[in-house]
Amino acid sequence: MPRVGVFICHCGTNIEGVVDVEKALDEMKNYPSVSYATDYKYMCSEPGQNKVKDAIGKNRLARVVVACCSPRMHENTFRRCIEEADLNPYLIEIANIREHCSWVHPDNKEEATKKAIELIKASVAKVIKNEPLFPRYVPLTKRVLIIGGGIAGIQSALDTASAGYETILLEREPSIGGRMAQLDKTFPTLDCSACILTPKMVDIAQNKNIKLLTYSELEEVSGFIGNFNVKIRKKARYVNEEKCTGCGVCYTKCPKKLASEFDLGIGIRKAIYVPFPQAVPNIPVIDKENCIYFIKGKCKVCEKFCPANAIDFEQEDVLIEEKVGAIIVATGFDTFDPTVFQEYGYGRYKDVITSLQFERLINASGPTGGEVKRPSDGKHPKRVAFIQCVGSRDDTVGRPYCSKVCCMYTAKHTILLKEHEPDSKSYVFYIDIRAPGKGYEEFVRRAQEEYGATYIRGKVAKIYERGGKLVLKAEDTLIGKQVEIEVDLVVLAVGIEPKKDAKDLARKLNISYDTYGFYNEAHPKLRPVETLTDGIYLAGVCQGVKDIPDAVAQGSAAAAKVCGLFSSDELITDPLTSVVDKDLCVGCCACISACPFNAIEEEVLEERTGERIVAKVNETLCKGCGVCVATCPSKAVSLKGWTDEQVLREVEILVGSRK
Amino acid sequence: MKLAYYPGCSLEGTAKEYNLSTKAVCKALGIELIELPDWNCCGATSAHATNHLLSIVLPTRNLIKANELGLDLAIPCSACFNRMKTSDYYIKRDKKIKEEVEKLLGRKYTANSKINHLLGIFAEDKINAIIASKVVKPLQGLKVAPYYGCLLVKPPKIVEFENAENPQSLDNLIITLGGEAVSDFAYKTECCGASLTLTREEIVLGLVNKILKDAQLRGADCLVTICPFCHFNLDAKQKDVERKFKANYNLPVFYFTQLIGLALGISPKELGIDKHFVNPLELLKSLELA
Repeated sequence: MPRVGVFICHCGTNIEGVVDVEKALDEMKNYPSVSYATDYKYMCSEPGQNKVKDAIGKNRLARVVVACCSPRMHENTFRRCIEEADLNPYLIEIANIREHCSWVHPDNKEEATKKAIELIKASVAKVIKNEPLFPRYVPLTKRVLIIGGGIAGIQSALDTASAGYETILLEREPSIGGRMAQLDKTFPTLDCSACILTPKMVDIAQNKNIKLLTYSELEEVSGFIGNFNVKIRKKARYVNEEKCTGCGVCYTKCPKKLASEFDLGIGIRKAIYVPFPQAVPNIPVIDKENCIYFIKGKCKVCEKFCPANAIDFEQEDVLIEEKVGAIIVATGFDTFDPTVFQEYGYGRYKDVITSLQFERLINASGPTGGEVKRPSDGKHPKRVAFIQCVGSRDDTVGRPYCSKVCCMYTAKHTILLKEHEPDSKSYVFYIDIRAPGKGYEEFVRRAQEEYGATYIRGKVAKIYERGGKLVLKAEDTLIGKQVEIEVDLVVLAVGIEPKKDAKDLARKLNISYDTYGFYNEAHPKLRPVETLTDGIYLAGVCQGVKDIPDAVAQGSAAAAKVCGLFSSDELITDPLTSVVDKDLCVGCCACISACPFNAIEEEVLEERTGERIVAKVNETLCKGCGVCVATCPSKAVSLKGWTDEQVLREVEILVGSRK
Repeated sequence: MKLAYYPGCSLEGTAKEYNLSTKAVCKALGIELIELPDWNCCGATSAHATNHLLSIVLPTRNLIKANELGLDLAIPCSACFNRMKTSDYYIKRDKKIKEEVEKLLGRKYTANSKINHLLGIFAEDKINAIIASKVVKPLQGLKVAPYYGCLLVKPPKIVEFENAENPQSLDNLIITLGGEAVSDFAYKTECCGASLTLTREEIVLGLVNKILKDAQLRGADCLVTICPFCHFNLDAKQKDVERKFKANYNLPVFYFTQLIGLALGISPKELGIDKHFVNPLELLKSLELA
């Protein structure tokens, strides 16, 4: 029987104020399984830890029980402590006599003392059966994949690249830039969005550590932290990227005009196009679905005019395989489609547009060159209504959450409109104004006081057209009356929602998402950029609604996490994992479907009697949750550090069948 | 086609012509209407303002009768339709209410009859095609503002009618009949004030004025309704509205069944067209429709 030492902590008066430590110590000193027992005011302090270390040496202790606070607090502290005394760090048990005892039973000292003694005895019973365990070291690929080239992904990529790590930035659109590239000015400083974004886009293109893959999508991911294998589909651009000089002759000459996705249908693009003039890379793509040559078999005007001979109609998709050690997901968002609100007539009335369309309309590099012209007849609108919370804070469309940015961008819109059209008048219909940010509330007040926007608290019930104008019927809840106003243009402040295919990507990456499809962080407060899948991090709006500064901050935070991971050459994995006894395993593989971390796979054994399938645990992926242990019908799986024998010995003490 | 017919109280009184025209049109189209035996008032506007349970029990008694006939329901009045759908909605979702209602009525609600507004039936592709094939007197030149009112379309999760804000079935029907639907009519689903006409007349006059004004602005010659309440307010109150708001509308208001009847060649008298307050005969004669 190994020699066990018990160390009881007073935790100041946290434990000692309720539990009779002296009595417990006395009991442990006379307990046959215990060779040595002592107490101390703060066992986690340096003198306390020294007491443990000294006792191990002097009393030849082989197992240690510390009765103190929760193992979540100090288990690692004491593991390191006994390791310094040359004991394997897994030969320790923590008896939680604070959270599980003194804190919850402050009124019953006698019973609490009894319970503390039982908890310590249970730990002693378990620790006797503890085995030395050794962590595994796994090699690490120090390359990172960043999915999504919006501002969050761009920030992450610049940060990991400047730390010296190879970075792959993956973007499904022909250019990076994301949503921020579509915006005109940014609140509350009214910086030009493109002016602060494009230098970063150029940095991406020029950084030697960054491999930029645009017009490319993630196909498949396998592997685990430090060792992911990813398959990427690089879609055919039909333009040779090496030869193209970005001169733009092709899209000037292309005869096919289409509604531009980047301009949200307000502007036009050609069948061969770059989404916007500052695109990175400045290499066009051919939209195969709409290209005259691909449809009818002739045209090739772009090819004829291209001075660099870069058009290549024969190009095909390419599958690229890469090994990376970490993945940052920064896939951004879509905006709410307001056509479901028939009362607003979006799609029916040309002059009812979304806020993102308004950004394009007022943008100097937009389809109107920054002149505010309404879509129906090109007239400059003089009276404009803005309706907030369209697809936000609305249970009827499954969007009960606040989209956080709409109050601010609407205030910005009223200011920009006034600057473009000094004799214009803005009306804002709102539920509440939410402006919690640096300089935000001041900004909204400026919109009202300096720029004269009229804010009406109430929802719009109906919009209809009358004589070339739009009539809004609404309720002004502050004066308790119905109002009717006539305007030239209506802007719907559409809410933010996850990308349409956010869930598909989540399945590929094995990360979780919430009711709406926003990706879940590992902890809502303390681990905001990690996912529950090791090695996969989140940045930007794909995790939840946020404005530009928050998205940039999260981009940097995710990059810092990756840099931290890459700072060592090997990954140390926790040895408290499951292990399969191959002799007992019948190969039913119930554990594989039960495992929430995809950590178990089939293994084929070559035996004299033929092939036999058994389960095999990938110790790097295993989190030691024990679901497989409970699932296995033949008791072939066990959890290291928590074997059935160990747990049963604890239980026997607690139910009183073992003394 | 055979349907359980629930006319509702109004069709026995103020909306007699709705009843007449419905029966005439269904006969012409080969739709057999079996009037619910011993039907009762659905409670309409008053029951649900006084007692929730009562407002469900009254319509359910009729629903059960339709269940027992084993037929789907056709209801011409929007208020009755709305109450029947509402009762069905609550009974299906609330076990306790279902038990209470069944206990009070002493019978089980089996929910095997589809609850249709009459317009919903005529809007079905099949019936629409039959109507189209039987039109002998297209409503050529008649500019009709399609007025759906609110009780047919709202609340959408309960009434489950095609589209709460911009419905199309009445528009399409007018086109089928050869008329011109005033498709930009902005007040097609706005409330007319319904029974407030008895208690707060000034509210109704204000609402009706807006509806008529918009119809006139869009160039309508007349309006078409699908509800006795709406008809009463738009038609019988039109003179009061004109007086109060110093306006001149003179817009005849038809039941949609009357327009179908006209197009099918049924005589105006049979359709009760002589029973309106705003005389439509002048308009119809000018277009050679009567």
